[in-house]
Amino acid sequence: MSQFAINLLFVGGSFALYIVIAIWARAGSTKEFYVAGGGVHPVMNGMATAADWMSAASFISMAGLISVGGYANSTYLMGWTGGYVLLAMLLAPYLRKFGKFTVPDFIGDRFYSSGARLVAVACLIIASVTYVIGQMTGAGVAFSRFLEVSSDAGLIIAAVIVFMYAVLGGMKGITYTQVAQYVVLIVAYTIPAVFISLQLTDTFLPPLGLFSDHVQSGVPLLQKLDEVVRELGFVDYTADVDNKLNMVLFTLSLMIGTAGLPHVIIRFFTVPKVADARWSAGWALVFIAILYLTAPAVASMARLNLMTTIFPNGPTADAVKYEERPDWIKNWEKTGLIKHDDLNGDGRIQLYNHSPAFAATATERGWKGNELEVNNDILVLANPEIANLPGWVVGLIAAGGLAAALSTAAGLLLAISSAISHDLIKGSINPHITEKQELLYARISMGLAIVVATWLGMDPPGFAAQTVALAFGIAAASIFPALMMGIFSKRVNSKGAIWGMVAGMVFTCVYIFLYLGWFFIPGTASFENIPENWIFGISPLSIGAIGAAINFLVAFGVSAVTEQPPKAIQDLVESVRFPRGAGTAVDH
Amino acid sequence: MTVHDKNAEAYWKANLRLIIGSLIIWALVSYGFGIIFRPLLAGIAIGGTDLGFWFAQQGSIITFIILIFFYAWKMNKLDKAYGLDEE
Repeated sequence: MSQFAINLLFVGGSFALYIVIAIWARAGSTKEFYVAGGGVHPVMNGMATAADWMSAASFISMAGLISVGGYANSTYLMGWTGGYVLLAMLLAPYLRKFGKFTVPDFIGDRFYSSGARLVAVACLIIASVTYVIGQMTGAGVAFSRFLEVSSDAGLIIAAVIVFMYAVLGGMKGITYTQVAQYVVLIVAYTIPAVFISLQLTDTFLPPLGLFSDHVQSGVPLLQKLDEVVRELGFVDYTADVDNKLNMVLFTLSLMIGTAGLPHVIIRFFTVPKVADARWSAGWALVFIAILYLTAPAVASMARLNLMTTIFPNGPTADAVKYEERPDWIKNWEKTGLIKHDDLNGDGRIQLYNHSPAFAATATERGWKGNELEVNNDILVLANPEIANLPGWVVGLIAAGGLAAALSTAAGLLLAISSAISHDLIKGSINPHITEKQELLYARISMGLAIVVATWLGMDPPGFAAQTVALAFGIAAASIFPALMMGIFSKRVNSKGAIWGMVAGMVFTCVYIFLYLGWFFIPGTASFENIPENWIFGISPLSIGAIGAAINFLVAFGVSAVTEQPPKAIQDLVESVRFPRGAGTAVDH
Repeated sequence: MTVHDKNAEAYWKANLRLIIGSLIIWALVSYGFGIIFRPLLAGIAIGGTDLGFWFAQQGSIITFIILIFFYAWKMNKLDKAYGLDEE
């Protein structure tokens, strides 16, 4: 059977599984459709949350970025897990007690203002659309490889499938489908990692393999990797970073953003009890950690395997001949995501860091520039092929990558469409629309969001995980502070909250747009996005943390000079702080 | 119900103390050991690199999980102790 047929079998099979479960679960209960996770055990809810949460960014893109950046990109690992601590302690139990379904609902009620509600809707839409751009980039990469087409064609196919998937709608609400998606994606992620860990370090568990000895050379894996990349002019894999401020702020942006993303928060609104909201966050993190503890092992091992493929006789010997290149390079060349340019005409593939510091060595070896461009986002998907694993493992990882991208993209599109049709149109503009009209608006906004995200995804502001990181920065600067102040302060009033959100949001978006293009439209950036241009060395990926600080400061400042919130609101704040009296989440 | 008595206030204070304590550990393992203090831990070797690298790529994640479960367990006990649980 050809690889193409195997891929089709795995991807088609996994999709069929989700649909069967959706139909079976829906027949069981219609209430499930509304109250996702209502009556579901915290462990199951945790698993479903993990599937919702882990997207193309975690699955496809993150290990690739760590692979290239080494220690410096540990930010993604800490940032995307540490946010759950904030969620469990600062938001989830209280929002569960509050007992409504959407983030704008809470902000609108707590700050007794439809203005605050509208600002929250706007922030939610901007963060979610940015997030979807990242998902589309990742899904496009997966489809282009698996259908053997160009990356742009892959992106358009992904857009069509995501749209159909999201319009099916109710599937998202059904916890068991997400449990199945979690199982598919985690199996797909860990099996190749176990194989590769056994090959390289003779260790079954990849997280332990990362710190074990490399079988072929007998030295620790990370030390071996450092030696190999150093020989080719790259920075050591484990090297410390100089710009610690930026690293701290980037990690903080991701953590705060995690706790401020609407589609994750929603999951905690609907668990049966306040106590369950706390446990659920813990279980979600356990299931997420299985992937996040595997990812750094995948990253380092893939980097070493890549280098060994290109330099089969070690980094000081000749590189592989282009004619004798392995199949995985040929396969990925079709997508345009790997490019070879024989600059020195020797018929070999030199992969190295063409930097001034390495120029002398390069000249000595007759090299005229780096000849192989490898897109970071392909690394996880290509990993089983690079390690010569059997065809079914390659098919499995394609199914896993698509499960991750599609489940999150569909979840976000639903969050966007409900924000527009429910919170914006029904909640503010015209409360009298019928349910049918509401659904129509929901579909239209979903379609619009996909078109915009696909168009911007053609020439994305970064690799999938970087684009997603921008979305986190935006959520960090706008939604998280408003929610937290809504619970922990009785003094912050509607004016404070509105101006805080607006200030944090505008500041963060402007800083990002300056470097990455206005509204992410390619070619409109005001400054080149290089460290020399960043203010105080803070990258656009890290600015969300500063935006959040501005949000807090403005909100407290404005509230201090304006009126106290009404007594009823202070009582509301008081009531969300205590679990007693929490009913089940109410529809409205 | 509105809770204005001393009991509720004490409960909320205990919760805040627990949160602050947990967040200090949260920050210490990630921003501290994983990033800022990594050079200070450089002497402690672990599998071809140093302890700071381990905290940045594994240790912090494991600590986060322990923290959340500890918080959930402790808070559920506090809920009952102050008579503010859901039953």
